[in-house]
Amino acid sequence: MKDISPGALCGAVLTGGLLAVALLGAVWTPFDPMALNFAARLAAPDAVHWLGTDEFGRDVLSRLFAGATTSVWISFVTVALAVSAGTLIGVISGYFRGWTDRVLMMLNDALLAFPGILLALGLLAIFGANQYGIVLALGLGYTPTVVRIVRGTVLSLREREFIEASRVMGNSDTYTMLRHILPNCIAPLTVLATSMFGWVLLAESALSFLGLGVPPPEPTWGNMLASGRPFISQAVWLAIFPGLCISFTLLGVNLLGDALRDRLDPRMRR
Amino acid sequence: MLKFALSRLAAAIPTLLIVSVSVFCLIRLIPGDPASLMLGDLADAASLADLRARLGLDEPIHVQFGIWIGNALTGDLGRSITSQQEVLPLLLARLAVSAEIVLIAVVLAAIVAVPLGMVAAWRQGGMIDLALVGTATLLLSIPAFWMGLLLLLLFVLHLGWLPLIGYVPIRQDFTQGLLYVILPVATLFLHEVGVILRMSRASTLEILRLDYILHARAKGLSEPAILWRHAFRNAFGPTWTLLGIILGNLLGGVAVIETVFAIPGLGRLLIEAIFARDYPVIQGCLLLIATMYVLVNLVVDLLYPLFDPRVTAQ
Repeated sequence: MKDISPGALCGAVLTGGLLAVALLGAVWTPFDPMALNFAARLAAPDAVHWLGTDEFGRDVLSRLFAGATTSVWISFVTVALAVSAGTLIGVISGYFRGWTDRVLMMLNDALLAFPGILLALGLLAIFGANQYGIVLALGLGYTPTVVRIVRGTVLSLREREFIEASRVMGNSDTYTMLRHILPNCIAPLTVLATSMFGWVLLAESALSFLGLGVPPPEPTWGNMLASGRPFISQAVWLAIFPGLCISFTLLGVNLLGDALRDRLDPRMRR
Repeated sequence: MLKFALSRLAAAIPTLLIVSVSVFCLIRLIPGDPASLMLGDLADAASLADLRARLGLDEPIHVQFGIWIGNALTGDLGRSITSQQEVLPLLLARLAVSAEIVLIAVVLAAIVAVPLGMVAAWRQGGMIDLALVGTATLLLSIPAFWMGLLLLLLFVLHLGWLPLIGYVPIRQDFTQGLLYVILPVATLFLHEVGVILRMSRASTLEILRLDYILHARAKGLSEPAILWRHAFRNAFGPTWTLLGIILGNLLGGVAVIETVFAIPGLGRLLIEAIFARDYPVIQGCLLLIATMYVLVNLVVDLLYPLFDPRVTAQ
């Protein structure tokens, strides 16, 4: 562990900080993030409200804490959904090959043909714009990417001797997949899940900013930026702090993802 | 060359077919009668029955798809529930707005970021490299909508150099039109510079390790000559492919920037349609954006041999 790069360290600290704030936000915030206080409307940062208050007099710092909890929770559940669904389909498709593989891949490639978050937007039109809709839409939207990567890994694994050996020993397909294939997919999946956490957090804030995500008054960083937008000429802090939180988080996750890829992906190792 | 072009064309057709099946299925997945979804809540029984007959809702599902795709191919994507306008002309008008901003931003970003990425690779590990990669990673980590808000805050509200948000078509009034697109273009530009720079650096690094570059150096060629005449053409391939993907992504993904700057583009139209549950418009947007994505990537693939003639030989 002696050769940790400054980038990796920075990424780990930023990501760790985010998780700590998200956990803290779940149990304690300086003020009630939902409590209205019209006397302190759009108050500048001071000793009481460190990061100022919003258009309803709610404490910005407390809302950032609560927003971290919501965003991290949504991103975790979404990534978990995409990774489990994608791994299941990817392993089955790569292991059994044949027509199962062809049919699954045809469907998968079709979904991959939708650029960026377009597929998620289409799914949101079905599920409705709220936190459950967003988890389902983004989860399903990112599943095809996981399928691609897992299937690629499994395709190269299944030709290896130890998989052959497991089959010759009379192990069932299910046992071979669970005991021998799956553990070998963990490294690429870790790298992918880390980057995906960043993509999902960004997509969630973008959708919340557009009004298609978590509905107000529940705070997320994206909808805080959106609801603060009309007031930014009087209260510049409403535009600054939520954006800073998103950017630092993405920076941390990107750096951590790069470092993990360098360490876990043998093809990237120099 | 012809064989290469034909094989790429042939590969795009099944993708387009499956994309259209997905878009067709999307509306069928929503519980309820597609005809009443398409006409909205205020439709009367007569027009509902009329649309049901036109969509062939009594027929089996594959016949329904045949009718739908036939209509789509002849340019009939239905009418918007909210504005009662024909969907296709509406989409094309909005696409023109988005395409203008996206094209200017991506072309500018490529012109700036590709050479910078090559310079970073050339000076790998040095101060210039560190500064360029650091800036690129930072730019990547700033969400486009926040970047837009910050630029808006600085140049419009604080300095007052640019007009407030809105949109004037460039064809109508060149100067005014330009003033209104500066900030959205700058926002996209800053974001894409980060992505393209990292790609250009990575692919140049791979090329610079190869023997023929060592040979060029041994021949005593100057460094600029090695970079431009020998490394550039080979290193530009992956970046060129990335440009196609970015272009396609942005056509659907500019919604946040169009929202920040109140620009009536295609992305904004899709978001508004999702809010209003305007299904014909949603379907039209998804179909158009996904088709554009496939076509842009097809064009990028077809032009690829200009940089790297080897691909046609494979």
